[in-house]
Amino acid sequence: MPEELLSIENLTVAFPPARKGGNVTPVVKGVSLTVGRGETVGVVGESGSGKSMTALSILRLLPEQGRITEGTIRLESTDLLALTEKQMRGVRGGKIAMIFQDPMTSLNPVFTVGDQIAESVRLHRGLSKRDAWDEAIQALRRVHISLPERRASQYPHELSGGMRQRVMIALALASEPQVLLADEPTTALDVTVQAQILALLEELKRETGMGILLITHDLGVVAETCDRVLVMYSGQVMEAADTRSLFASPSHPYTQGLLASLPEMAPEGATRLAIIAGQPPISGEIKEGCPFRTRCPKYMPGTCERPLPTAWLSEGHRVHCHLYPETANV
Amino acid sequence: MTLLDVENLKVHFPLGHGLTIRAVDGITFSIEKGETLGLVGESGCGKSTASRALIRLVPAKSGSVRFGGQDILTLPDDQMRAMRRRLQMVFQDPYGSLSPRLTIGQIIAEPLEIHRIGTGRAEQEAKVSSLLEAVGMSPSVLRRYPHEFSGGQRQRIGIARSLALDPEFIILDEPVSALDISVRAQVVNLLQDIQSQRGISYLFVGHDLSLVRHAAHRVAVMYLGRIVEIAASQELYTNPQHPYTRSLLASVPVPDPTRRRTRSPLKGDPPSPVDIPSGCRFRSRCEYAQPICAEQDPELLPVVVADVAVAGHRSACHFANNLPMWTEK
Repeated sequence: MPEELLSIENLTVAFPPARKGGNVTPVVKGVSLTVGRGETVGVVGESGSGKSMTALSILRLLPEQGRITEGTIRLESTDLLALTEKQMRGVRGGKIAMIFQDPMTSLNPVFTVGDQIAESVRLHRGLSKRDAWDEAIQALRRVHISLPERRASQYPHELSGGMRQRVMIALALASEPQVLLADEPTTALDVTVQAQILALLEELKRETGMGILLITHDLGVVAETCDRVLVMYSGQVMEAADTRSLFASPSHPYTQGLLASLPEMAPEGATRLAIIAGQPPISGEIKEGCPFRTRCPKYMPGTCERPLPTAWLSEGHRVHCHLYPETANV
Repeated sequence: MTLLDVENLKVHFPLGHGLTIRAVDGITFSIEKGETLGLVGESGCGKSTASRALIRLVPAKSGSVRFGGQDILTLPDDQMRAMRRRLQMVFQDPYGSLSPRLTIGQIIAEPLEIHRIGTGRAEQEAKVSSLLEAVGMSPSVLRRYPHEFSGGQRQRIGIARSLALDPEFIILDEPVSALDISVRAQVVNLLQDIQSQRGISYLFVGHDLSLVRHAAHRVAVMYLGRIVEIAASQELYTNPQHPYTRSLLASVPVPDPTRRRTRSPLKGDPPSPVDIPSGCRFRSRCEYAQPICAEQDPELLPVVVADVAVAGHRSACHFANNLPMWTEK
């Protein structure tokens, strides 16, 4: 196992009730994960699965009213939940950086991309204006932007989508973070540009040894880039494993359903895709027990309403499903 | 039987100062009755503009779109109105494409009202109920509003609306891209069921190449306003004869960690459709480019294997048939 950088234990995030007397809605429930040095860990899930809330919790950037009600989040030996707001500001965009799906809304439209990177460098590394500008150009060069001296003086709207995502990555990496949180970083991009960006992240990870937490809904992206992966549904982890094990022996009915429904899995000439019946639950709809039970082909009445067990199938491969008896960690 | 015949369709947008965006720059294809043609390419390649031009949502510069013997592009307005009944569209965004202030019943009935079909209230309600059933929803939702439904259910409502006028042809513009992964397969299956029951033809515009392969009978690949390759799905994915198609296919991540590729991603971005390179449009990013590629604009010609043209397979590359062997990932 690589040296542990980020570790989340039993994280629960909740929002207060919408109406007086309503119930508190957990959007993330009992999530545990770790990211090691030089490792890419994927979190797969659909909208409402809590994958983005998990990432935002790490930076303590939850939307107003969102509260971490349980759990711990550590970066090496630092307890992030115990830091003051001022100390936390040094972590955000510093030791832990984040990139988002849409670079256009994350970059400031009224500053040149060079200025934006230089600002981060000055803030986190205390360089002079001139040195920071040089460093910004270096950062653009590292993400393979051609003519970085010229690009540094351009505004975000003058760049293509792929180039903006490269600028975001340059900006995120300018502070030399230990952990990069990447929330659907290639979802808005064409497949050709996606391939470029994923290759770039892989290259930068090798150079810097940073750990990456990659949030995505695309199982193809997971298969190609992640060392380990967690599958989330409605705020809870359903299954977690190293990537090969997950694809070779998916064990939770949700994971199995997701993989089976991919068009790549349909036999040549098959006219129908395998489906998962029903619709994803609205957040907070399911209070206790397995959130997938309303759509699960293996639903066991009376059993699946109970809290989820943890079953370790092999080293690093755990599944939270009543089909598997609770076991201790192997 | 050919339902739709598109010839040399061009859509240009003048920018002023003598500059023009050549969004669609001369495309030719046809769609058979009951067939799905997939249309793929990177954003900005003109696939959405082309699909909108087919039904006159954007004006074409030149070319023809023959539908049941009539040229859609030159129809007078009154005849075009009647023609629109036969042509429908399902949009990508199931949130933006349904009015939040109308009930599901009103949304699906709107096309009937516009075309003054089934004026009786009972008759209309019966029609709407049967449409909801056709897309796998309960008629009990008639009086509810779009916000009460998930993305997948909303897309079903959009499909029900597109079926209201019994069209012969539906443009599906990225119909499942905005949906959660666990419901995409449901909607794709639904579209196929509808096609086999009603014999409707689809133009399936998409960027998910694996999904288009599954959903379409034939696939056309667009680059910078042109179709660069077209073939039956199976043929296109197993024997691509245009370097751009190959780059696209090689970029698709495969959901199998034991087959991780060593990446050599396509470099750079597509050139601007205002300033299109001479000769072959793809040459500035093509690993096989030769001097001839800058001089001659390659035509979309039949692909030949062992001196025999492969039925329906065409490629616009000077080196089609002479590219290295292709092995699927």
